[in-house]
Amino acid sequence: MELSPARFKTQAAASLADARLQSALEKLQDRFVVGRAQALLELDNADAVRDAAADIRARTLANLDDYLERFEAAARAAGAEVHWAENASDVNRILVEIAARHGVKRVVKSKSMVTEECRVNEALGTAGLEVRETDLGEYILQLADEPPSHIVAPVVHKSRDEIADLFVEHHRTPRRETIPALVAEARERLRPAFLAADMGISGANFLVAETGSALIVTNEGNGRLATTLPRVHVAVTGIEKVVPTLEDVATLLRLLPRYATGQSITNYVSILTGPRRPDDGDGPEHFHVILVDNGRSRMLGTDRHDMLRCIRCGACMNHCPVYQNVGGHAYGWVYPGPMGSVLTPALLGPAEARDLPNASTLCGACAQVCPVKIPLPDLLRNLREEQVEQRLRPAGERLAIRLWGLLARHPFLYGVASGVIARALRLYAGRDGAIRRLPLGRGWTLGRDFPAPSGRTFRELYVRRGRA
Amino acid sequence: MRVGLFVTCLVDLVRPRVGFAALKLLEATGADVVVPHSQTCCGQPAYNSGDRRTALALARKTARDLAGCDAVVVPSGSCAGMLRMHYPRLAEADPEPAHAAALRRLAAHTYELSDFITRIAPLERVPGRYEGTVTYHDSCSGLRELGIKDGPRRLLARLPGVRLVEMREAETCCGFGGTFAVKFGEVSSAMADRKCRHILETGARAVVAGDLGCLLNIEGRLRRCGHNGIRALHFAEVLSGEAD
Repeated sequence: MELSPARFKTQAAASLADARLQSALEKLQDRFVVGRAQALLELDNADAVRDAAADIRARTLANLDDYLERFEAAARAAGAEVHWAENASDVNRILVEIAARHGVKRVVKSKSMVTEECRVNEALGTAGLEVRETDLGEYILQLADEPPSHIVAPVVHKSRDEIADLFVEHHRTPRRETIPALVAEARERLRPAFLAADMGISGANFLVAETGSALIVTNEGNGRLATTLPRVHVAVTGIEKVVPTLEDVATLLRLLPRYATGQSITNYVSILTGPRRPDDGDGPEHFHVILVDNGRSRMLGTDRHDMLRCIRCGACMNHCPVYQNVGGHAYGWVYPGPMGSVLTPALLGPAEARDLPNASTLCGACAQVCPVKIPLPDLLRNLREEQVEQRLRPAGERLAIRLWGLLARHPFLYGVASGVIARALRLYAGRDGAIRRLPLGRGWTLGRDFPAPSGRTFRELYVRRGRA
Repeated sequence: MRVGLFVTCLVDLVRPRVGFAALKLLEATGADVVVPHSQTCCGQPAYNSGDRRTALALARKTARDLAGCDAVVVPSGSCAGMLRMHYPRLAEADPEPAHAAALRRLAAHTYELSDFITRIAPLERVPGRYEGTVTYHDSCSGLRELGIKDGPRRLLARLPGVRLVEMREAETCCGFGGTFAVKFGEVSSAMADRKCRHILETGARAVVAGDLGCLLNIEGRLRRCGHNGIRALHFAEVLSGEAD
């Protein structure tokens, strides 16, 4: 079944029933939650760095057009070509045009969420190009024909055993068991792809306005290979990724790896500025940057504005108790967890993802760990308000809330009704004091009893006590 | 000091004992406690469901109900968080300055119960008695909106018979989330299940928290799984001696 953000409930139920997924999700806790907490201990002024990072992102977004123009000018001065894409089909058209112009047949890709968002692989395939994902996780998913389930660790939902089976099926080699052996096997397959590729596509973690550079942080060498070996390099990135200066980037880099994977710094930090110069040892002959809007500019100045600060570290999903239980595929699109529950409806429209803003207990763990202090629960609540205004929530739900509100505004009626409900539930519960099926709350009693009310409300007992 | 007790609609309807326990603790501080009879619901279910208009109407009403108090105390981190942190936001959008001012005034002197009896009017003697091992669950809003963390633990430690054992992931949500527990029953149960596992690991005979919603959710899952020996108690019930 094709995943869809409109089917959170069904997809979540499938995830809960998937024992392999459940055991894979346990890894998140050990690796990322514990890892982040430990990595933060190394910074003696973590709160101050976080304030500074949030400020850099907020300042840039307040003058986004200006910084994008500066970036464009600096990138052009360094010899890059800059393209503007309003939507996904623009991105794909521009990529196909670049490929045609340079006679490209084979493409290697480094990890990029924005190209997932635009379904680039599909479009390039249709245009007759051969596309190979080279990030280990993305490579595995390409073999499995599955979307990523996490923005930092795309294959976190799969066990080593499943990956070993997948390699046997696709590589037709003897089954290897250990992680180093599996990595070596993937490397054997990927190396020829790098050497044969005419074009490399990457994302960018940041765009540096002062230098016109695209900056990539990664733990695998595939990033450098994909951006330097092929003749043509294209960096595809959302317009919100721009940052004013290299110094600002340095501040953000103190947080991004720590919040993402618990590392002080990633294995590689590549700053790509224009094509190779005559005396450079390597690098592409042609360097293109595609600046993707795809709904982002519509978020500026609205209730979703703060979401554009996101630096895609994944900490919110790692710490979200809902994500921890259902994993990324339940969210049905490229961006899962709390950030996805805001971003997906913001980019695709609130009708496409009715359940996502509601699929949170608003526990606040996400905001607590966001390195750039995005108030995620507030953004989720705003989306819920928008859904109510646009009548996108079920009529029964809206009515129930309104009726409750009406009752609660009239203390006398409220007192009578709550007294009746308390008694009715008490009777319904029987002797052991537990309700196994709640008349209007079947969702609750699917997995839990409802402890029976004591039968008299506080207000009744309090009045009686006053008289006594 | 005239202290208004806001009992919360869940306490009123499901477990009134928590309200009386809170009353007993407040009276033990020597405060002049009132329980305005017209109070109902603070509007949080509507607010979190996206029905801002209903939320604002209930917020205004609550502010009127509690207008005569010097301080307002709530035995729930979640409802106290609503009054304290979210009423000012509703006030921002309130077209009538008098109503907006009333919401802000109320927010400024609203306290969660443990916060009030440790910081504002310190309880000299804890009136209750309790024997046994307990573990404490940090309810989300109290913890993250109001910074309630050590207060309830320190209060529990003042009862000589209580031994407090920390559970794993005490700060992780139990899956209640108001209407979330009904809308996404299966996900919510899975979250409650994890919470129950961590509670069982401690060997405690009771899980204590500051929010009745979390307690009902946790207790519901414990009972469904057959763990009838473990109680889910509000800290006010333990501290006041109303648990038995």
